[in-house]
Amino acid sequence: MAKINMVTSLNTALHDIMASDDTVLVMGEDVGVNGGVFRVTDGLYEKFGRKRVLDTPIAESAILGAAIGMAMAGLKPVVEMQFSGFSYLMMHQLEGNASRMRTRSRGQFTVPLVVRMPYGGGVRALEHHSESKEVYWAHTPGVKVVIPSSPANAGPLLTAAIQDPDPVVFMEPKRSYRSFKETVDKEKNTFAIGKAHVKETGKDITIISWGAMMRDTIKAVEAVKSKTGFQPEIIDLLTISPMDVDTIVASVKKTGRCVVVQEAQQSFGPASEIIAVINDQALMYLEAPVRRVTMYDVVMPLFAREQLYMPKVSDIDQAITETLNF
Amino acid sequence: MPLKTIDDFSIKQLHILDENGKVDPDLEPDLSEDDLKKLFQAMTLSRMADARMLNLQRQGRLGTIPVNKGQEAAFCAPILALKETDWFVGSYRELGARLMRGETLENSLLLFNGWEEGSVNENNDRTLPISIVLASQLPHAVGLAYASRYKEEKDTVVLAMFGDGATSEGDFHEALNFAAVLNAPVIFLCQNNQYAISTPLKIQTKSRTIAQKAIAYGIPGIQVDGNDALSVYQAVKEAVDRARADEGPTLIEAVTFRMLMHTTADDPTRYRSDDEVTAWEAKDPLVRFKAYLMKKGIWDEDLQKQLEKDCKAQIDAAVQAFESREPFAPDVPFDHVFGTKEDVIEAQRARFLARLGKEKEHGQN
Ligand SMILES: Cc1ncc(C[n+]2csc(CCOP(=O)(O)OP(=O)(O)O)c2C)c(N)n1
Repeated sequence: MAKINMVTSLNTALHDIMASDDTVLVMGEDVGVNGGVFRVTDGLYEKFGRKRVLDTPIAESAILGAAIGMAMAGLKPVVEMQFSGFSYLMMHQLEGNASRMRTRSRGQFTVPLVVRMPYGGGVRALEHHSESKEVYWAHTPGVKVVIPSSPANAGPLLTAAIQDPDPVVFMEPKRSYRSFKETVDKEKNTFAIGKAHVKETGKDITIISWGAMMRDTIKAVEAVKSKTGFQPEIIDLLTISPMDVDTIVASVKKTGRCVVVQEAQQSFGPASEIIAVINDQALMYLEAPVRRVTMYDVVMPLFAREQLYMPKVSDIDQAITETLNF
Repeated sequence: MPLKTIDDFSIKQLHILDENGKVDPDLEPDLSEDDLKKLFQAMTLSRMADARMLNLQRQGRLGTIPVNKGQEAAFCAPILALKETDWFVGSYRELGARLMRGETLENSLLLFNGWEEGSVNENNDRTLPISIVLASQLPHAVGLAYASRYKEEKDTVVLAMFGDGATSEGDFHEALNFAAVLNAPVIFLCQNNQYAISTPLKIQTKSRTIAQKAIAYGIPGIQVDGNDALSVYQAVKEAVDRARADEGPTLIEAVTFRMLMHTTADDPTRYRSDDEVTAWEAKDPLVRFKAYLMKKGIWDEDLQKQLEKDCKAQIDAAVQAFESREPFAPDVPFDHVFGTKEDVIEAQRARFLARLGKEKEHGQN
C-alpha cells in the first residue's frame, strides 16, 4: 500500500464517499476550481461538477445556514471553512440552530453535516491562521468535535463524520497536512467518532494528546523512553466531544499517572475537562497530580514569537519526567 | 390597479483619464501640481515596495504577503482626499494607502515577518491596523464615525476599504445599513479587483455592479474606473464633502484588477488565464497617470528617474533597518492581554521567562 499524506487521505475519502453516496456535496470558499487553498477538495469539481462542488460567496454564516437547510432536507453537506479563524462568523448558525435542531424538533429534524476547518499553529501564517479553539465547539451540546492526527486516521474519520447523524466540526491540524506520510488501510478501519485510539499500551503513565501535538508528544515519549525505559500508554483522543471517558479512565486507573498535551491556551480547554473526568472517576488511583502542557493564555502570537509560546517537545519531556518521578 | 413605478434607480460610472492618459477637461479635478506629484510618488513607492516585498518573500526573508500590484490608484488616490484627523479603516491590500497615512515601510516589513509591533502606526493614531477577517472592519468605521459626531468633531470622516469578496459578508450589508440609518460620515470604498482568491466576481454576486448595492440602503453609490487615480480621487472627494456636511455615507466601487497572486501562498494559474491578466496590463494606473502628468508638462523622464532612485533608496533603508533590528522582547504578548495586571497572566509570564532562561543556559534557542 502506498504511503500518503493527510491532504491526500482526506481528499481520497471525499472522492470515495462522493462516488458512492450522491447525497454528499461539498461547499465553501475556493473549494471548486481551486481545489481549496490547501487542495483538500482537489479534483472534486472536475469529477462531480458544480452541482455537488459549490464555490460559494464569502459568507460563512450563509454557508453553514444553507448547509443546515440542505441537511434537514436529506443531503449530507461537507462544508469547508477556509481557516478556523474565520469560522466564528457561522457560530450563531452552529450554536443557535445546527446543534439544537434535533432537540428543538424532538428528532423530527436533524442536521447531519460536517464542517471541515484547518486549525492550529506552526505554519508561519498571518493573524487568525494559527489558533486552536476546539473548545468553542466542544462546549456546545449537540455538536461533535473530531480532530484527526495523521493520514491513517484522517480519511477514515472524515468518512465516519459524513456518515454520522449529527453536526460534526472536523478540525484539521494544518501543520500535519503534508509533514509526514502513512499507509491508510480502508479495509481495516477501526477509527470511529467518539472513540479514542490507544496508540501504545503501557503501565507507567498515560499520555493524552490530539491533533498536531500528537507527533511532538510521541517525540518526547521516545526521548524519555530512551533515558528511562518506562512504558507509557499513549492515547490519541481523536474525538474531543463526546469524549471517550472510558478509555481515559481505564488507562489512568492502570497507570496512576497522566500528562495531557494540548496546543490551545491553558485555561478552560479540553485538558481541563480531561483532568476533571479523571478527578471524577479515577482520583483514588492517582500517584501524581495530572499535568497539562499547553499554550499560555495570551492571544496567539504571530510567527516571530509563535514557537516560543506553543508547547514544545522539551516541555512535554519535562512534564513526563516530573510526573514519573513525583 | 395597474402596476405603479414608485422609484427609479440608476448607477453612474466615472471615467476621467483614459488609458492613454488623456483627460476629460470637463471632469478634471481641481488638484494642485504638488498634490498630483505627491499622489504619483505615493503610487510609485507602493509599486516598488510591493515588488521588493515579493522579492524578499521569495528569498525567505519575509512571511506570506498579500500583493498589491495594479491597485495603486484605487487605494492611494482616496487618501489624498482625507485629512490627517480623518479615520482610515483598511483591510490588508492597500500598502500605498498605509504609507500615505504615515505607516513606515519598516513596520510593514516587521508585521509581515511575524511581529505585531509592525502593526503600530507611530505617525497617525487614526489609522486602524490591517483587518484580515473580511468586512469585519466596516461596522467599526460606522462606530468611529458616530463617535466623531458624538464628540462634536464636526469635520471628521471615516474612509473604509474592502474587497469585492468582502461584500458577500453580512458585516458589509449590516454596516451600510447602520451607516445609512445613523447618517454616519463614512465613505465605503470597495476595491473591486475582480477576484476573491480564485472566486471571480460573478460567483460573488448577481448584481451588475457593487455600487448598486448602495441603492438598497438608501445611500449614494457610484462606480469609478479604479485604475484612474483622478476618477477615484474625484468620487472620494465628493463623498468626503457630503460626509463632512453631515449628508451621510457613500458607497464607491473602484473597478480595478489584482495583477498578481492573491498572496504569496496562491497559484493564480489554477483559476485564470494569462490573457485576462495581459488585457489589464494596458490599463496600468501608473502608466496612465504618468502620461497625464507629462501631457500637463509637470513631469519628465529626469524627474521619473530621480523618483525611482529616491524610492529605491527609501526602500533599501527600510529593508536595512528591518533586517538589522534587534528582536523585540519575547514576553511582550503578556503585556497586552488585558489593560489590568492579572495574577493568572503574570504567573504564566514568570513560568515563560523561567523556561526561556533555562533554555538559554542549555544553549537551546
Ligand atoms: C471572514 C473571512 N472569511 C474568509 C477569509 C479568507 N480569505 C482571505 S482573503 C479572501 C478573499 C477576499 O477577497 P476580496 O474581498 O475580494 O479582497 P482581495 O483579497 O481580492 O483584495 C478570503 C476568502 C477571511 N480572511 N475572512
